[in-house]
Amino acid sequence: MTQTPNLAPAKLEWRHVTKRFGANKVLDGLNLSVGKGRSLALLGRSGQGKSVTIKVALGLMRADGGAVLLDGVDVTHLHERERRASFAGIGMLFQGAALFDSLSVWENVGFRLINADGTTRREARDRAIEALALVRLGPEVADRYPAELSGGMQKRVGLARAIVGAPSLLFFDEPTTGLDPITAGAINELIVDKVRSLGCTAVSITHDLTSARMIADDIAMLDHGKIVWHGAAADLDHADHPLVRAFVTGKGDGVE
Amino acid sequence: MEAGAPTGVIGLVATIGRATLGGVAAIGKVANFAGRGIRAAVTPPWYPRQILGQFMAVGFLSLPVVGLTAWFTGAALALNIYSGGDRFNAETVMPQIVALGIARELGPVLAALMLAGRVASAMASEIGAMRATEQVDAMVTLSTDPRRYLIAPRLIAATISLPLLTLIADIIGVAGGMQVSKLLIDLSPSIYIINTIDFLRSWDVESGLIKSAVFGFIIGLMGCYHGDHAQGGARGVGRATTAAMVSSAVLILAADYVLTSIFARL
Repeated sequence: MTQTPNLAPAKLEWRHVTKRFGANKVLDGLNLSVGKGRSLALLGRSGQGKSVTIKVALGLMRADGGAVLLDGVDVTHLHERERRASFAGIGMLFQGAALFDSLSVWENVGFRLINADGTTRREARDRAIEALALVRLGPEVADRYPAELSGGMQKRVGLARAIVGAPSLLFFDEPTTGLDPITAGAINELIVDKVRSLGCTAVSITHDLTSARMIADDIAMLDHGKIVWHGAAADLDHADHPLVRAFVTGKGDGVE
Repeated sequence: MEAGAPTGVIGLVATIGRATLGGVAAIGKVANFAGRGIRAAVTPPWYPRQILGQFMAVGFLSLPVVGLTAWFTGAALALNIYSGGDRFNAETVMPQIVALGIARELGPVLAALMLAGRVASAMASEIGAMRATEQVDAMVTLSTDPRRYLIAPRLIAATISLPLLTLIADIIGVAGGMQVSKLLIDLSPSIYIINTIDFLRSWDVESGLIKSAVFGFIIGLMGCYHGDHAQGGARGVGRATTAAMVSSAVLILAADYVLTSIFARL
């Protein structure tokens, strides 16, 4: 059953989006919307198209059909240059943080400021150190390289890089995967804190139910390329869809 | 074989047809990539820090290997002229033959092959690893065009660095020949240098430098292309690295023949 989780105007919307890889239909007429200022967690088993859903929205992959609307504007077929300009208000935390190995921590955080916004290196460094403080990292890490950081610290740096431009839309791809429960909890708290303080819309993909409950207002369940359940996070425990039940109880009996 | 697949002559024709179409498609992809890369290289915005970094990696750090190769090649060429050329008194024109061989052919080709081994593979593995770890995607989400930030600086650096390296290789190669000629036929270095300068025409050097610029572009293009198209994690990056080096070497030798035949008619 799909419910209407909120009445906020849509910040981001997928309309009948399809995406194939050869014979494998990954997104099969996906319909989903995220209200302005809401935080949505997209749940689903591995290989169900969660990452593809985000990559299509970001234009990192082209949809075969359908449309993606950002603030009501169809961004599906934007020219590359226009699409890059539209990224100015978007931040993304990648699953493996995707930090640039050859750049120091502050250069990673200030990458957009230096290379896209034309900010001087000195100012970018100052702003990067401010952003690092927001994710509870001290200035002593600014000159280190990603390889010198733990997985949790890399995620924090990735988060600092995502929020440094004060985005209105944030994406999180498996933000707690590979982290111990304490570090994962700290990352979840940071995500909640930053999303609230920036007042932005957030879309997270995860199969970590604890994380989803903590960071999301709304939850959508993706299965075989379609949304099979969409509702408020608080309603998750009362959902009657078998896949959602399986996620909640951790028992996959009868779910294909 | 697939059920219902054509056999015999039809099957052979179908296989040749598929291979031809595949080849044409691959050439089209590389040409498209090259066109976009050139456009990114010649139009702003440029990233000077990246370009300088690539000049350092491609040019400056390749000096030792290119220099050593050039010295040994010049020395070996002089030795060959001494030991094999005495049948027709070629040892008397050792400086001229070494200079001509190095400037027109061996300097550009060997410097390019050394660079293909050192640089094309490094470019492919670096860009391939960045793709595998979503760093290229991250760059796009940070409003930065990877073609301008990653590809263009490498194309610019390789195309400009290789002629400069070749010029240095020419000088070191001639020096290698000069040392061997001093050792074997006691030819004074000053006479060797005078003979070399008197004999060489500017076109001998210029044609080698033009070739080098083309070879440099090929190295940058193959390194970036194979890195950008790497798929399948670490194994894919390994394949891309090998493909970048092999395709660069083959294209360099093919381009060398084409350019030499064009220059021969000028």
